[in-house]
Amino acid sequence: MSPALLEVSQLEVDFDGFRAIDKLNFWVDEGELRFLIGPNGAGKTTLLDAITGLTRPVGGSIKFGVRPLLGRPEHEIVKMGIGRTFQTPSVFDQLTVLDNLDLAASFRLPLRKLLRRRGAVGERVATALETVGLTDRAGDLAGVLSHGQKQWLEIGMLLVQDPQLLLLDEPVAGMSKEERTRTGELLQEIARNHTVVVVEHDMEFLRRFARRVTVMHEGRTLCEGSVAEVQANPLVQEVYLGRSRDTRGGVEVG
Amino acid sequence: MTAVTAAARRWVGAGRWRRLSLFLAAGFVALVLCPALLSDFRLGLLAKYFCFAIVAVGVDLVWGYGGMLTLGQGLFFGMGGYAMGMMLKLQEAGRDGLPDFMSYNGLTEVPGFWKPFAHSWFALPAAVILPMLLAAGLGALVFRQRVRGAYFAILTQALAAAFVILLIGQQGYTAGTNGLTNMRTLFGYDLNDPVNQRSLYFVVAVALGAVFLLARQLVQSRYGKLLVAVRDSEDRVRFLGYSPTKVKVLAFTVSAGMAGLAGALFVPVVGIMSPALLGIVPSLELVIGVALGGRATLVGAVAGTVLVGYAKTGLSENYPSGWLYFQGALFIIVVAFAPKGLAGIWKGVKNLRDRRRGAVAPPAAVTTAEPQTALEPVR
Repeated sequence: MSPALLEVSQLEVDFDGFRAIDKLNFWVDEGELRFLIGPNGAGKTTLLDAITGLTRPVGGSIKFGVRPLLGRPEHEIVKMGIGRTFQTPSVFDQLTVLDNLDLAASFRLPLRKLLRRRGAVGERVATALETVGLTDRAGDLAGVLSHGQKQWLEIGMLLVQDPQLLLLDEPVAGMSKEERTRTGELLQEIARNHTVVVVEHDMEFLRRFARRVTVMHEGRTLCEGSVAEVQANPLVQEVYLGRSRDTRGGVEVG
Repeated sequence: MTAVTAAARRWVGAGRWRRLSLFLAAGFVALVLCPALLSDFRLGLLAKYFCFAIVAVGVDLVWGYGGMLTLGQGLFFGMGGYAMGMMLKLQEAGRDGLPDFMSYNGLTEVPGFWKPFAHSWFALPAAVILPMLLAAGLGALVFRQRVRGAYFAILTQALAAAFVILLIGQQGYTAGTNGLTNMRTLFGYDLNDPVNQRSLYFVVAVALGAVFLLARQLVQSRYGKLLVAVRDSEDRVRFLGYSPTKVKVLAFTVSAGMAGLAGALFVPVVGIMSPALLGIVPSLELVIGVALGGRATLVGAVAGTVLVGYAKTGLSENYPSGWLYFQGALFIIVVAFAPKGLAGIWKGVKNLRDRRRGAVAPPAAVTTAEPQTALEPVR
């Protein structure tokens, strides 16, 4: 059997004594569109942080193909082919949409080549503009885009980098209904030739667009399966429905 | 997608001609009008302000575009200045080869580290390269440790202060508080001759133009966009696959080179290089010009610095003790009421005018984001 594209084993992340991730095992195969859900504080974002080098775990291992990821700086992990978005859209407000995409697309250029002015718009950038529907906003500052458009721009910035693995952290949070549908379609389009992991809170979105779902709870994986399987799982129901009795209720980690 | 390309090209093209003509007009004013209209004394002052403006362009690059508030450019300015000053002192030293102040301080031999500066092939490049090397080493250390914001500002300020203390303490080697003075000739030309001072003015003006164009090229390149990106969200840049450290080190190094060049030009223009020109207060003054003119606009940085220079001279002539108060007030006013400086005011006025004319389309409607939906329980 070929190794999984991403393999997380026995991962432990500790925030001053609080176990955000506790001996977690998780793997994603090439070509998957995986949804990652769980109540607040389950450690979903922390897991993404650990994979992308933002948080240093205290134990366990993360492998991308056969290469270990732990201990590498963030930008190296990106260059290996893992891209991510954040819960709050973080595009560069003071740059134009086009510049945002162009910078993302140029990430493999050595510094001395960056010293040149941008020439014609690259094909990949133009395609990404088209894909995320921002072609006619190319010259605008990213700061004036709507919330949804910023999220799309951010997804576009990932696309031009053509990572093997995309990690999207709550891509539809704060979006209107139409924007969600649009994002879902975008997601399916991307998933056709990329491996994607989506952290998401929104159940309706999940039901419409998810294939395989992993449920996390208190820093561990609770179960994994199709949407229907997960929804039928009594453990999952207890975790979600029992939240009001949960003494740790509402601790958002990361 | 070709539409995008064409639109982008047209957009760049239109601005470029207008900016080129503005640059040429500024060049005409600086190289033809000012020398024709100003007295020798006033032209000399302008040359001095232009030296500061060269530093300011570097400060703008680092602070305006890169978000690193450097309060220690006096250090690099001083390194360039002393490199030039040491060369001048050695080249016009007496029969024993000793600069005058060394004899007063009882030295009998030129110290080893002074010797290479006797050669202009060493001293002139060193004035620019030594500050750059120091900045690169320092930047690599500091930026890798993710020192930024106020901590970086304080660090650079402390360095400038330490440099001054070092200069004052090593009187035999550096001429101490007095600094390097009595420099009479440069390459055999008498520095007190007004004709030569006028020539120097042209050298400084051209250098400023060159530095400006270099900075402009940097700012407009992809690197320039990256620098702005680092300023606004350094962490996000990491997740784009870039190392912010490299980006910041390069900007800091270039700015140090500019400050060094300015220091080297300053010495023959003004005829002195001393610790009083380099400490905390002069380093701050270099930043105030940029703040007044407007951060992240190169024209603003140059204009602001020249204006501050004129204001300082004018006020000092009329109210000798008033300048410091005025400077403080200016800084407060700019920070409180015009954080984008003169360039920001200019832009605001232009926008207002455009809107009156109805030339600007109303800003695109921003879709209000729905409040984040709470997690539904799984049925």
